[in-house]
Amino acid sequence: MSAPERILQVDIRRGGEAGDYERFEVPERENQTVLDVVTYIQRHLDAALAYRFSCRVGVCGSCAMTVNGRPRWTCRTHVARVVRGGKLTLAPLANLPVIRDLVTDMTPFFEKWQAARGRFVPGDGPRGEMAAVSPGDKQRMAASDAIECINCGVCHAACDVVSWREDYLGPAALNRAWAAWNDVRDGDRNGILRAVTSGGGCHTCHTHQSCAEHCPVSLNPTFSIAGLKRESLKAKLRGELK
Amino acid sequence: MSVSGLTRASRAHPGFVAAFIHRLSGLALALFLPMHFLALGLALEAGSFAGFIDWTNQPWVKISESLLVTALAVHFAGGLRLLCIEFLGLTRAQGLWISLVLAFASGVGVLFLLRAF
Repeated sequence: MSAPERILQVDIRRGGEAGDYERFEVPERENQTVLDVVTYIQRHLDAALAYRFSCRVGVCGSCAMTVNGRPRWTCRTHVARVVRGGKLTLAPLANLPVIRDLVTDMTPFFEKWQAARGRFVPGDGPRGEMAAVSPGDKQRMAASDAIECINCGVCHAACDVVSWREDYLGPAALNRAWAAWNDVRDGDRNGILRAVTSGGGCHTCHTHQSCAEHCPVSLNPTFSIAGLKRESLKAKLRGELK
Repeated sequence: MSVSGLTRASRAHPGFVAAFIHRLSGLALALFLPMHFLALGLALEAGSFAGFIDWTNQPWVKISESLLVTALAVHFAGGLRLLCIEFLGLTRAQGLWISLVLAFASGVGVLFLLRAF
């Protein structure tokens, strides 16, 4: 005789900004991820449940949610690792507007990426030859440390300063800016420093390190932000930043 | 920040605890400053100053002083840690550095307490 099926009690925040929790009962399975649980509910219990996912393998960064009070990527979070007393509590990511149920509006998040100028700006005129950047170059290595961000928004949701200050660019955007600043081919690196030292820029960070603590791909935005603080101070002392 | 916010699951990690202790110790020092200026003011009057010194000989005052010295030490060492992160790129083993800050502050506090009695 097989063991009786174990049931997970799953509380999910429903509705928009002014939502409330609704409980679902989901059969527990081996190697079940939190995303599997949400998908089960949407397919078998309530087809109207709104959530966002794409790749299911930790690449696209679209399935992040708040799981038992912590922001996590749900496709790579096993239920067995986070369940407490047979219960899961799921909510949308914090620090972002809620569209419905578990879906947040990522627009402010990506607008901050743009505001931090985390994109490549070419130099003047066509280059005669490819820029030679050694893999062991100090700046190349700093860029490598920061570049694997999957834009999931987990660090943004975990950050206290983002929750306190609406204009703060946030760890993801500043981490991206640090990767971009370390690209020696960029034609306007001081432009990045100007962007990240405006109101709500890198100097607003309080170094709580919640971003680093929660980043699912083990990046450390706090240290990227510290790098921006250092380089902006140096540029200021050199008179390159007004 | 509400109490429920303070205990939010996403804040349960050494970096936040270190930042929180840093803030609390700074607040304790700020509250202590008026006492310090009061003591300096009393030093101008010999009688009052002697009375103040007698008051500070009470055990609970000595213990409070030790806690203040601990707060000063933790604020000082925690501030150095932050400066090291931001200016020296001290990026690895933050748990170890936070532990060292707390160990240094506790040591200073205990030494002060031993000398006070």
